[in-house]
Amino acid sequence: MTLASAFFYLFAGIAVASAFMVIAAKNPVHSVLYLILAFFNAAGLFLLLGAEFLAMILVVVYVGAVAVLFLFVVMMLDVDFAELREGFLQYLPIGGLVGIIVLVELVLVVGSWAVAPSAPQAIAERTPTDITNAEALGRVLYTDYLLFFQLSGLILLVAMIGAIVLTLRHKEGVKRQNIAAQVARTKAAGLSLHDVKPGQGL
Amino acid sequence: MLQEAWTSWLWPLLLMVLQSALVLVLLLVFIAFYLLADRKIWAAVQLRRGPNVVGPFGLFQSFADLLKFVLKEPVIPSGANKGVFLLAPLVTAVLALAAWAVIPFQEGWVIADINVGVLYIFAISSLGVYGIIMGGWSSNSKYPFLGALRSAAQMVSYEVSLGFVIISVLLIVGSLNLSDIVRAQDTPYGALGWYWLPLFPMFVIFFISALAETNRPPFDLPEAESELVAGFAVEYSSTPYLLFMLGEYVAIMGMCSLTAILFMGGWLSPIPFAPFTWVPGVIWFLLKVSLVFFMIAMVKAFVPRYRYDQLMRLGWKVFLPISLAMVVITAAVLHFTGWGA
Amino acid sequence: MNGQFFADLAPALPEMLLAGGALLMVLVGAIGGDRSSGLINVLAAILLLAAGAALVTASPETKVLFNGAFTWDAYARFLKVLVIGGALIALIMSFDYLRHEKLQRFEYAILVVLSTTGMLIMISASDLIALYLGFELQSLALYVIAAIHRDNLRSTEAGLKYFVLGALSSGMLLYGCSLIYGYAGTISFAGIAQSVQAGNAPTGLIFGLVFLFAGLAFKVSAVPFHMWTPDVYEGAPTPVTAFFAAAPKVAAMSVFVRVAIDAFPNILDQWRQIIVFISIASMMLGAFAAIGQSNIKRLLAYSSIGNVGYILVGLSAGTSNGVQSVLIYLTVYVIMTLGCFAVVLCMRTKDGRLVENVDDLAGLARTQPLMGFVMAMMMFSLAGIPPLAGFFAKFYVFLAAIEAQLYWLAVIGVVTSVVGAFYYLRIVKIIYFDEATIEFQRMPFELKAIIALTGAFVLFYFIFPAPMVAVAGAAANSLF
Repeated sequence: MTLASAFFYLFAGIAVASAFMVIAAKNPVHSVLYLILAFFNAAGLFLLLGAEFLAMILVVVYVGAVAVLFLFVVMMLDVDFAELREGFLQYLPIGGLVGIIVLVELVLVVGSWAVAPSAPQAIAERTPTDITNAEALGRVLYTDYLLFFQLSGLILLVAMIGAIVLTLRHKEGVKRQNIAAQVARTKAAGLSLHDVKPGQGL
Repeated sequence: MLQEAWTSWLWPLLLMVLQSALVLVLLLVFIAFYLLADRKIWAAVQLRRGPNVVGPFGLFQSFADLLKFVLKEPVIPSGANKGVFLLAPLVTAVLALAAWAVIPFQEGWVIADINVGVLYIFAISSLGVYGIIMGGWSSNSKYPFLGALRSAAQMVSYEVSLGFVIISVLLIVGSLNLSDIVRAQDTPYGALGWYWLPLFPMFVIFFISALAETNRPPFDLPEAESELVAGFAVEYSSTPYLLFMLGEYVAIMGMCSLTAILFMGGWLSPIPFAPFTWVPGVIWFLLKVSLVFFMIAMVKAFVPRYRYDQLMRLGWKVFLPISLAMVVITAAVLHFTGWGA
Repeated sequence: MNGQFFADLAPALPEMLLAGGALLMVLVGAIGGDRSSGLINVLAAILLLAAGAALVTASPETKVLFNGAFTWDAYARFLKVLVIGGALIALIMSFDYLRHEKLQRFEYAILVVLSTTGMLIMISASDLIALYLGFELQSLALYVIAAIHRDNLRSTEAGLKYFVLGALSSGMLLYGCSLIYGYAGTISFAGIAQSVQAGNAPTGLIFGLVFLFAGLAFKVSAVPFHMWTPDVYEGAPTPVTAFFAAAPKVAAMSVFVRVAIDAFPNILDQWRQIIVFISIASMMLGAFAAIGQSNIKRLLAYSSIGNVGYILVGLSAGTSNGVQSVLIYLTVYVIMTLGCFAVVLCMRTKDGRLVENVDDLAGLARTQPLMGFVMAMMMFSLAGIPPLAGFFAKFYVFLAAIEAQLYWLAVIGVVTSVVGAFYYLRIVKIIYFDEATIEFQRMPFELKAIIALTGAFVLFYFIFPAPMVAVAGAAANSLF
């Protein structure tokens, strides 16, 4: 057993176990934490494949940003799981049906597994040694897959516009800091001298 | 069989463990003194003496603190989520330490010289927020929770501009390897050839974002003592608290070294001829890290804490557009002048 | 990157125009705020017009771009012109409505343009990733504009419902795509067609095909994936509904046809079963469920479900003639739908309220003769009464089915049209023979123009049917 395969079993084992715990954990915050662990191990698996760039991006994007916001929301929500589980049995038949269909399909897929003739060769040369991961990705991303790259950008833009359209509200009567106005304030505008007569007040 | 295993992976593994242990020990010793320096600088700005009792000039103050923290009784609130509560400081400390695996102290002096070093550090530092969120949530108390929420929003916000700054450096270098980044700054112009000069706005943004990313003043809202007592760390005591503290300082040192590597030529000598080039690179590296740390310590002494909305405004409305524009400008300059290959 | 690079991209000019223009409009809107919504609306209309002009002037010669992800041919040109035309008219129709309802938000027009960009991509998509990305770009913008009236409970409900069900259908689509990719080993339609031979298509691939078609059926709102349609049509603001009924349906249908014909030509028998089933189900539901509706938008929703059924009859033929009939039907359908919705948008009472009940149309022939007449013509046309345009559309579709020896499908189609004629003619009766209860405001100029133009098309189509038939025929041939 080499070091790499030892690490493979370590990462894969933890990934599967934590993925299971995501659905088994009673506390939703624990679920999210297990999910993060699963992401982390998936990144480890990427590393073993020689896809180090993808591994790091997975950690940066999914663990460092998406899951943080996810955790943020789950922590703020007060989810009552006992109530959620009440309807569980009611939906069991249809859920079971969907599960069986998916299972049948998985069996089908595994049953008709065929290895493409070019696969062994592709595995052998999976990591080109002369260029780095990032460079290899960049070379196809901005040439062959230019359209997909740009379209994904547009989709994200739409998502951003949509989120703002549906949620941003300018409430009346909220005090906002206007830095330009603050800086532009002069002594004449902010200060007035009053000669108060004794015994009279303002 | 055994010999094969020895040469193929046992020995490299052992070597790596030894290297890591060496870096760990040295790092912790240095941190002890940087912590002292932090307090001394702060005191000096406020015309105080700072710690001066333990050892000559108070040099052993940090070690005394260490002993005190370790020997005290850890208190765990009864309402706390115990597992997560204890895991949080560990996560903070371990993640902060893990970043050091890819930092090159000198040509060839690096534990793991990986291709995606910058990304690795970026990834690890973006995980730092988990320790704080977990600690804040598991304490089951209001102030820690507020601190955790603030820190989550803050760190995610500043990571964005941090990422763009790193991208503009990468554009020039054309590699994500930290050693390559240092080597790319090795020009006949010495200190003037380092990236702090051509990328000066990015250098400033990086420095400020690094402060926010490590929760240093003036961005220490997660632990703002005047509002939140001690933020996410309210319920922590003894060794768990020590780990939080340690993780924070290790992360700060990590950011200092990253600044030194990205913008200040890492181990390179600022004056590119003898006798300055005879000085070992690691000394230059240490000097640069110390310089950045000095700046960070001075900021703590000088600048009052930001208000939360100001913090968000700075991150999203100032730094993000500037850094985005700079990435575009950098790319355009590189494309049209052919500079930096 | 040089001149040649850009010259090669010329067939994608409309998409690039729309995407680039949308970015520009976002910038204008971000600086000007909602005050600039009028300017942006006009800009969006000009942009759509420019994209349409670029399409009409481009040569229909087949070209493949972006490493096989994007195909430009006569088929794409025909449908793109139709989509842009539908989007443009729907956008113009919304100006008056937005003014009245105080919905002047600059994002509206931007989202319409971006969604149209997605539709153009869908129409040209010739691999699974481009298909999915086009779909997502289109739907994501649609979810938002369905809920654009965010203080209105029904509008937000429509947006949410559309979003949840749309996400589900995207999931099915992706699942199907992944199975197809797994079995065919490629994502390009041409490659899939090559690897899938008649007779030995693996079961897993058929599964993938079923899921893919289920996802597509969702998007065209064919039975049994139609549940969202009536609620979304009713809840969304009326001009948005008009847009939904016109543009996205055309784009989704064009993808349906292209996938079926380009990627799976060798297993026609397998996918025909699916299409025939959902076609019959849609025709039946469209005919029977519409009878009880009192809300005109809901009624039009069921009518659109029924029409999708008729369009799918043309597809199930699987021949060039079938595709030609689909194209003709789509064109006529878009024009009829836009005409109907223009009338619905004119149902504004004197006190500024927009009513949308079928009974509110009572006596329209006397109070608003033009509106009443056109609406009646639209209903006759939707029912398929000769010599109106709707009759020819149905005629070509059934003809294609009979040529492909799908006799009983054609028979069911004719029977359901007769049933459907019942509720269409009921509206005609209400318009002409019932006593008027409500008096409507004067029609805004642009709506009047749209009503007149669509009415003229429906009425006089039979005089010059040849040009469109010829263009549709050429477009259909470019697929085979």
